[in-house]
Amino acid sequence: MKTGPFILALLLGLLWTAPAWAVNPDEMLADPVLEKRAREISKGLRCLVCQNQSIDDSDADLAKDLRIIVRNRLKAGDSDGAVVDYVVARYGDFVLLKPPFKGTTLVLWLGPAVIGGLGLWAMIAFLRRHSGQGGGQGGGAQAAIAKAASRPRPPPLTDDEKKKLRKLLKEDGP
Amino acid sequence: MSKRAIYLVPLSVFLVMAVYFAIGLTKDPKIIPSALIDKPVPEFSLPPIDNGAPQGYGKGFSSADFKAGEISVVNVFASWCLPCRAEHPFITKLSKMNVAKVYGLNFKDTPKNALKWLQELGDPYDAIGADPRGRVGIDWGVYGIPETFVVDGTGKIYFKYVGPLNGDILENQILPVIEKLKR
Repeated sequence: MKTGPFILALLLGLLWTAPAWAVNPDEMLADPVLEKRAREISKGLRCLVCQNQSIDDSDADLAKDLRIIVRNRLKAGDSDGAVVDYVVARYGDFVLLKPPFKGTTLVLWLGPAVIGGLGLWAMIAFLRRHSGQGGGQGGGAQAAIAKAASRPRPPPLTDDEKKKLRKLLKEDGP
Repeated sequence: MSKRAIYLVPLSVFLVMAVYFAIGLTKDPKIIPSALIDKPVPEFSLPPIDNGAPQGYGKGFSSADFKAGEISVVNVFASWCLPCRAEHPFITKLSKMNVAKVYGLNFKDTPKNALKWLQELGDPYDAIGADPRGRVGIDWGVYGIPETFVVDGTGKIYFKYVGPLNGDILENQILPVIEKLKR
């Protein structure tokens, strides 16, 4: 049986499906401009029951209540900022999916940049050191020879050691 | 940096991460720090539970009740909340100790179910306020009941516990807070 057309039909079928919204039609505001603002605000507010969903996505009871509160505040004439502040006053900065930039979140915001900077600095220092050792063409070999020459000569082998060496060489021979 | 010191870098990075995770991973992400600690109780007024009689059941309470100089415990409960049933004996125990006024915030409940629940398990509360739509609960920053607040005599929220109380939490967290506020 050919499965190709079947799978194709299945995939095409997906085009017809509508995304499932958590926001119920009865929650929506009649004014499309206000509703759009409400949606934008809701996307930035965390549902505290499910934690990694915004209240715009969540089906939780509390998320629904907060969506309605957001819309009520907007209808009462609040600015977007005032609506967010209203929710933050009750649930803290944790409800913001994007944490604010302030004293307690400095590490959060600047940490990655600082660590990245340290890494970059370490990498540059490492590369500089290595290219400096190499020098020009053949510099590496010359430096190695000079280094070997400056090393103090080892003491000559004793008779005992010479004998051992000869024995070892013989053993290794064919 | 000397050659030897460079070998200590991975070790120190590991130690920093180990300490970080040792602290971070033992924290329960479900426990959200309350934004209301050290803040006055929100402005609200809750009616008693509607039992058909004109005065209702449970007196009701409002923000004004918390400014009378008495230490209060506010317990958010509902008949549909199973852990609330589990903590009920400990709320009763706390109430019998007479160390604080114990208020019950009946969260998103129907009067019928709430009254049945109180009749079955007993009513440990000095006053009960009904919050059928949960709006006052949201003003208190409630997100998962049961939740228990300790309020000082001036009406400032001093402590919050999320989850059902048990003997250990009552002895080691709630009562010490009340003791501290008494002094």
